[in-house]
Amino acid sequence: MSSMQLTSLTYNTLLKMFSAEKRFDGRKLLEQRDFSVEYNVSNKAEGSARVRMGKTDVVVGVKLEVGTPYPDSMDKGNLMVSGDLLPLASPRFESGPPKFNAIELPRLVDRLVRESHVIDLKKLVITEGEKVWTVIIDIYPINDDGALIDAASIGAIAALLQTHIPELDENGRIDHDKKATKKLPLLENTLPLSITFYKLGDSLFVDPTREEEEAADGKIVWGLSNYKGKEHMIHSCQKGMEASMTSEDIQKMMKNLPKLYDDTLKKLKKFLK
Amino acid sequence: MKEFETKNNEEYEDMGSEPVSRTVVVPGEVVATGEDFLPGEGARREGSDVVASRYGLAEKIGRVVKIIPFSGAFIPRRNNVVIGRVSDIVHSGWIIDIDYAQNGFLPLMESPRFVNKNEMDQFLAIGDVVSAKIWSVSPKGIDLAMKGKGLGKLEGGFVFRVNPSRVPRIIGREGSMINLIKEKTGCNITIGQNGWVWVKGNDIDSELKVRKAIEFIAEKVLVSGLTEKMEKWFGENK
Amino acid sequence: MAFKRPDGRKLDEIRPMTAKIGIIPNADGSAMFTFGKTVAIAAVYGPRMLHPQHMQDPKSAILRVNYDLLSFSVADRKKPGPSRRSQEISKVTEWALSPALDLKDFPNTVIDVQVYILQADASTRVAGINAASMALAQAGIPMRDLVCAVAIGKMDKELVVDVDKDEEDFEDGEGATDIPLARFANSDEFTLLQLDGKIQPEVMNKAIALADKAMAKIYEVQKKALKEVHSE
Repeated sequence: MSSMQLTSLTYNTLLKMFSAEKRFDGRKLLEQRDFSVEYNVSNKAEGSARVRMGKTDVVVGVKLEVGTPYPDSMDKGNLMVSGDLLPLASPRFESGPPKFNAIELPRLVDRLVRESHVIDLKKLVITEGEKVWTVIIDIYPINDDGALIDAASIGAIAALLQTHIPELDENGRIDHDKKATKKLPLLENTLPLSITFYKLGDSLFVDPTREEEEAADGKIVWGLSNYKGKEHMIHSCQKGMEASMTSEDIQKMMKNLPKLYDDTLKKLKKFLK
Repeated sequence: MKEFETKNNEEYEDMGSEPVSRTVVVPGEVVATGEDFLPGEGARREGSDVVASRYGLAEKIGRVVKIIPFSGAFIPRRNNVVIGRVSDIVHSGWIIDIDYAQNGFLPLMESPRFVNKNEMDQFLAIGDVVSAKIWSVSPKGIDLAMKGKGLGKLEGGFVFRVNPSRVPRIIGREGSMINLIKEKTGCNITIGQNGWVWVKGNDIDSELKVRKAIEFIAEKVLVSGLTEKMEKWFGENK
Repeated sequence: MAFKRPDGRKLDEIRPMTAKIGIIPNADGSAMFTFGKTVAIAAVYGPRMLHPQHMQDPKSAILRVNYDLLSFSVADRKKPGPSRRSQEISKVTEWALSPALDLKDFPNTVIDVQVYILQADASTRVAGINAASMALAQAGIPMRDLVCAVAIGKMDKELVVDVDKDEEDFEDGEGATDIPLARFANSDEFTLLQLDGKIQPEVMNKAIALADKAMAKIYEVQKKALKEVHSE
């Protein structure tokens, strides 16, 4: 696959196209691709999901480990979000220490999941003050055709909803042979998702293909959920890239965020059991 | 009517009544047995067998057995037209990314008009796209030339990529397929042997149609009746 | 008493295999291969530019393999990042595949092969080699032959074909011996040969004979995956 960088020709064409509200695949600027979710990517994970959105393909796995609580949260379990941009997924990803995008992606999903309180960490204590469950979410893109963060957030919540707590043996260690029956304690209606807006020239758009994403001048990732019954609660935000966002941009995003979240949720619900 | 492919501007002769059989083969598979058969491109002899060295369509034309690969890296040859992106400017010319493991180099003197050393980026800046011809290929690099019809800096429109092994199919026998697309869309199209395609039309919708048509053709692997299929496609996709 | 395989298979029975190519659109070639519950995916990028320049070979492309397990592919989560084990497997996989490739057409370049295990139930490196072999063919790399790989096991005194995790953990008698092998599909040239356990020379020859039979079955699966995408 080509690793040729964006040409000024394509950039200018996309600029013109976006001003005319046109995209190569026929979508509107604020229209998201359909996606599908499969489960059981790995029978060794406590929960896992695979999201295919256009040609973007991301797998997310949840593992539980017995750990010690953090000193400032002795009555709670732990959450860690990790992963890597596997060189498998794109001619742009390299082996070796993670570059910024590889570091940012898990951190954004972490912030979203953590701030939404979707995992009831207080219910993950094994022995008060000594042993707790650590929930580890690992995110791996398999094919990058844009919008990895949004696809990853869908995969994360889908995987979490499937996750079961392993059984412990008499020594307090995980017994992988015993069938796990307890589900991970979640606020099942919270459903955290990320919606990323990109900017090219003056146009805002969502769910880019890789080509569109490489042409973008600016981006801003929003994390939302239905927090304790309050719809469209924003938990996290991170602006990236060089172009600035105007207050008009922000107003436009605030106007469209709820619908984009609802549309994604509607599509996701088809795959939730 | 038998469909033949053009490859690197060579044409296969219509062998008349000689049967042309094609089967999908994997590397290492025996394609023909007997000293009568000769291994062509993508095939080799092992003992009395002709064996595939590529994954593709094994084609027997008379005694020659060759493999038409389904996919493969672009191998640059002299006179290939390529489309590339200016990736750097040095004092003696421009470095052009032609989507190959080596960069192309366009010497200063190859520019169609006189360009001052200090104004090089006014003629070709980093990120600009050119169509050029390969002048020479050597371990030191690939030299490009840009004097000639249809070559030069590309302005307007956009570029996209297909697998280089599909280029002959998109061009078609004696250009029949590419001409059909041009006719149906009214667009200017340049295809590089390196898989990059440039489209420019009067409006975005025609340009988008060209891209869709070409990507449609590129996905189809078996050749038979492709021209008819595309006539039908244009009928359905107004 | 003869060894009874935990999942009830016959001694020379391979787990159900599946294979599919083209699963990663961005890659030049890609494939998935499974032995029962072991799932391997492979992507090939190249030939492409190789940096730094001193690593380039002016006579040929170099093959570079990266094998690893995804964190959640195993029961005890594997921390992200290469381990000694994955580095060793990357190297033997490279040696298993490179004799089959014709790299002289692409001097000064690199062909990158990425192999990842989504779900591990033993025989991961051989599943990876089977996937990589198909991916290399799909990428259009000139090849002498496909490469087939399987793990032969010896459970106490009994030889078995296609070792699964329960068998890998077997401890009775002489315990489990794991013998991963790779061979050219159509000729008697072994390109991967590793061993871990206890085995005597005469038995080793029997293991090789078993492997030969298994390779033929694996080759059929690989061929089918490569050919079925083109049936119209």
